[in-house]
Parts: sequence; structure tokens; C-alpha cells
Amino acid sequence: MSAGTLYDKVWALHQVAELPGGSTQLFIGLHLIHEVTSPQAFAALKDLGLSVRHPESTVATVDHIVPTTSQARPFADPLAEEMLATLEANCAEHGITLHGLGSGRQGIVHVIAPELGLTQPGMTVACGDSHTSTHGAFGAIAFGIGTSQVRDVLASQSLAMGKLMVRRIWVDGQLQSGVYAKDLVLHVIRTLGVKGGVGYAYEFAGPAIEALSMEERMTLCNMAIEGGARCGYVNPDQTTFDYLQGRPFAPGGEAWDRAVAWWSSLASGPDAVFDDEVRFDASAIAPTITWGITPGQGIGVDETVPTLEQTDPDERPLAEEAYRYMDLQPGTPIAGTPVDVCFIGSCTNGRLSDLQAAAAVAKGRHVAPGIKAFVVPGSEQVAAAAEAEGLDQVFTAAGFEWREPGCSMCLAMNPDRLEGRQISASSSNRNFKGRQGSATGRTLLMSPAMVAAAAIAGKVTDVRQLLTV
Amino acid sequence: MATPFPFGPIPAVTGTAVVVRGDDIDTDRIIPARFLKCVTFEALGPAAFADDRAELADAPAGPHPFDRPEHQGAAILLVNRNFGCGSSREHAPQALMRWGIRAVVGESFAEIFYGNCLALGIPCLTAGHDLMLAIQAAAAADPAAVFTLDVAAQALSGAGQSWPLELAAGPRQMLSTGQWDATSQLLAHGADLEATAARLPYLVTFAA
Ligand code: SF4
Repeated sequence: MSAGTLYDKVWALHQVAELPGGSTQLFIGLHLIHEVTSPQAFAALKDLGLSVRHPESTVATVDHIVPTTSQARPFADPLAEEMLATLEANCAEHGITLHGLGSGRQGIVHVIAPELGLTQPGMTVACGDSHTSTHGAFGAIAFGIGTSQVRDVLASQSLAMGKLMVRRIWVDGQLQSGVYAKDLVLHVIRTLGVKGGVGYAYEFAGPAIEALSMEERMTLCNMAIEGGARCGYVNPDQTTFDYLQGRPFAPGGEAWDRAVAWWSSLASGPDAVFDDEVRFDASAIAPTITWGITPGQGIGVDETVPTLEQTDPDERPLAEEAYRYMDLQPGTPIAGTPVDVCFIGSCTNGRLSDLQAAAAVAKGRHVAPGIKAFVVPGSEQVAAAAEAEGLDQVFTAAGFEWREPGCSMCLAMNPDRLEGRQISASSSNRNFKGRQGSATGRTLLMSPAMVAAAAIAGKVTDVRQLLTV
Repeated sequence: MATPFPFGPIPAVTGTAVVVRGDDIDTDRIIPARFLKCVTFEALGPAAFADDRAELADAPAGPHPFDRPEHQGAAILLVNRNFGCGSSREHAPQALMRWGIRAVVGESFAEIFYGNCLALGIPCLTAGHDLMLAIQAAAAADPAAVFTLDVAAQALSGAGQSWPLELAAGPRQMLSTGQWDATSQLLAHGADLEATAARLPYLVTFAA
């Protein structure tokens, strides 16, 4: 059993009570809500005659259903309009802060909470969205929950949870140029499998992790859930503190020093005991891309689609299903696969540094004929920062569309979606069948720079070739 | 017509079974994202597995199990590994529940899906790979067979056979005693809740 890890310390501090049935009641320090998974929870609360226990620890935004072309109200889609109106009414009724459209703070929930300084080390963070693991980048214990649990957190600011085991993912070495946190996490998931993390919290540590920026750490923790781990985290360090200092909801003045002292004390100590440890070498990782229908079906861009013989016997039925669905031939190189749509955005890779990396590839080049390419900043703040540097100009000059913030084509809840058998190069996090809005649409997951490279070439391309020219 | 939604203690689930084979069936397949555009769960039942069903509608091997006449009204869903992976959407178990499912047996479940099911009073029990294949084969061979899933005894019986299953002690107790709905349990510790809040540095010593 793990001991002395950040996970153990944060868990112990937030334990409220032991519940009948053996689970633990865990206090939730920050509850993030959005329009998709909260309306039924508010309705259930009303049915029970309950109110929101800690509205000041509850923060809302709107992201999944917002259109990325025109965000004028009312939305063209009446269902989307109803969802946002319901969220607005619920927040007003319960005194919950809503960072809505045009506030300058709206955006994908996992982008805005960190950039506003709401997410801090040592917190427990819950949100009705599986990619809540993102917030673990700060050394918070953050996990996605279902709507019944959203109701529970609204009612009691706590959750019934079982304690996870802790696996340390130790990464030595250094990522090469053209290789990003997205490639690292796709590589980890490819190696450990989409079920490898079930029952675990992933602690990402080691020299390669310490060298990552906060935004890269967010990309990494964001996809812990795709590896089956309910949460992933990085121990807080100077990088974390530098990122947080001066943000609107971060501690200020002399409270800042107390905060840093406490945050520093939370990191897993040298004597920490882990339930498991796996080691990787960052320098050996190539730009990584998925070829199949789960995030675990990834390969280096210089590799070929695995044959059945190269596939673990257990995984063969899934591989066969993926060959059929993706229409890719085992044994053929993934590089050169033609794409139709190129999407840069999402809570995985819709932050400023992601757009900078993609813009560096797009600059002075042009999207290949017939390719639809678009960039969706993760938040209003990201959009403003990118525009201040002229990234929007770089993208539009290169033939990309520059859109309004939202979840966009990460999932099919807004007008952005694949049509028919279209195949996308996408910086998002899920390549499940039908994920991007067409029941037969296909998704190749990769880093934002790789998406930009695919847009320029019209086909899957090793971005390192474009960076060295 | 479907039985009422789970309520109170759930010692057992009885009904016919429907087999949906395959590993890693994710929540986008159980309920495609476009159906998440709703402010209530009411209309989700018919949308369960919508895209998979459409894909198989004219398949030579016949329609999706959820579209076969003999499985209408089935209460027990028999699946394989890592069922319910992907998004946290409770819309997935809600869609299954509203279609009529009251219990799921599989080789393994994604954690959030499992928790969401428990919160709705839908037991998810596990069986090893070979055992699961045997259960699925027995159910497929006799679609009219009525099965009983005994929560406390962790067993499934029907079609003249019986199989041992697994369910962790916690969920077993919660389901058997009717305490699977966590809200009231959580609210029972109001003083402890505030005591916990009072010792969290970020809420006290350096709160903004
Ligand atoms: S960007 Fe995608 S994964 Fe992230 S919150 Fe939005 S829909 Fe979910």
C-alpha cells in the first residue's frame, strides 16, 4: 500500500468519515460544473429539497455545446440554448459564479480553472467530466464524476470514494525537438494499455517530467484517464508556483508565502512508497499517433500499423475491428495516410503553448488543397493571448480557420463535426468510433504540431521534417 | 413494459438476458454524444447503442442485440472487458437503465461507469474470461431463459445452470441494504464535513 505520496497526504487531509459499505467520504475543495452534466444534478437536488452546500467552492462555465463560429445568443440550436439557459438559471438561483460567454474568462472547464488560479496544489477537485484529471498537473487530486455524484457534491461538498493505489510513472531523459507531452502520454498509454491504470492514480515524476511546463503537465495529466487511471498528478515545484503567482484566484500578499510553504510540503517525499512503478525514457519517444479506435492503439509516426502477429492475442479482436473501421492495412506505414479535417484545440491541447507549437509549423506555409483545417483556442484568455502575439494571423494566412473558444470537434455536441467517412488529424483525446460526430468518422490523435504538419502536407507527416527545414 | 427504476434494497435482479459482446465498449458507443444535448435523462432509453444499432441494422448477421425482438424487456446485460470506458457521462447507465437494464455482468468495468451504475442502483458484477464466455453462450442459446442475479450470494442462475460472480463487499452491502444512494449518507456527517473544511489550509490560512 502506498504511503507518504502526495496522493496519500491529500487523501488523509480530506477524509471526512468512513461510510457504511467501506468507502470514504472525501471533502471536495473545488467543484467545477458545466452545462452538460449539471442540469439533471440540479433537478435531483430540487427533488430532494436540498440546496448547494458550498456555492463559493463551486465554479461554472459553458464549453461543450457552444458554437465556435458565432456565439451570439440565442444559439441557432434551440437545445444548446436551453442547456446554457438552464445553467445560467441554476447558477443564479444557487449563487454560483458562472464564467460565461464574453466574460473574458469563459472556456473549456479544464483550461479556465488553471488559468484563473482556481486549481491549486493539495486540493481535491471534482467535475462531471472525465478529463478532470487535467488539474492533477498542479499536484491536486482531481477526478471526473457522474451526474449522481455531481448532485452529491452540490449537496454535501463531498463524495463517497474508494482509495486508489498509486503507480509512479518515472520518466528519465528529455523529449526530443518535435516531440511533446502529447506524444509522451500517447506513448505511456500505448505501452500500459487503456486499462493499465484501472484502480490507480498515476504520479508522473522524474527528470523529464520536472522539465515540462505547466501546460505540458496539463496535457499529460489530462490523458491519464485514457490510460484507465482515474487521476494523474505531478508533484508541485517551482514551475507550479511560478505559473500560479499573480493569477486572479491564487493567494496573494503574505498568504502567498504560506501557500508555497504548504504546497511544497505535499510533494511525495524520498521515502514515499508506491504500489507500483514503471519507467520510461523520454529521449526514445517519437511523435506518436493513434491508428485505431482507442487511445491505446498508438504508434510512432515512423512505424507501420501493427499486424495481428505483432498484437497481443488479447488485443487482436479489437485490432481487427480497428482495421475495418479505420480502413487501414496492417503492416503499412502510418505516415502518408491522407486526412480530410485537421483540428487543433480541446482541453488536451488548446492552450497557448499548443497554438504556438502549431503556428511554428504553419508559419509561411499553406494548408494543402481540399483540407479543412481549424484552430479553436481553449478559452477566451487563450484566444486573447494568441491574438496579441499574432498567432491568429499566422493561422489564417496559412489557410486555417480561427474560431471562438469551446470544446468544438473534440466531441459532437456543437456544430463542429466530421461528415461521413472523413478522417481527422486531431489534437483532442479520444478516437472512439463516432466520437467526432459521424457514426463512421475516423480520428487520428496526435500533437498540435503534428496536426499542423498533417494540414500542410494533406497527410500524416513527421513534424520533425518540417521543423528542421 | 420495463420494471420501475431501482429503489430501496436490491437483493436480486431477475429477468431475461441480452449479450453485447466485445472489449472496451466505450460510453460514446453506449450513448453517442449528440444525445447528451438534453436537460433531463428521460428520452435516453431508445438511444442506447444508437450508432452501433444503425450500423448493424441491415447486417447479414442480423441486427444489434438491442434490436432483436427476443431481447425486448431484457433486464440483465452480459458484456466483456472494460465495459463503459471513456467519458464520465451518466447518460450511459441512464440510457441502459431506461432501455430496461437492471444489472450488468461482465469481465471488467471502467471505474466511473461502475460508480455511476452503483449510484443508480444497477449492480455490476464480474466473472473471469472463460466463465463469462460460458454465461454468454448459455444466454445466447436460450434467449427466453429467465436469469436471477443474487447480489448477496454473488451468483447468476438460469437456463438450468448457476455461475459464481464477484462483487466487492462495499457495493454488495450498499445494494443489499438499500444504501446505494450516497446523498443521505454524505449529509449524515455535517459536523465532520465542516471540521474537515476548517483544517484545509487553502480554505482557511491562505484563502483568497
Ligand atoms: S475538450 Fe473534449 S474532452 Fe475536453 S472537456 Fe471538452 S469535450 Fe471533454
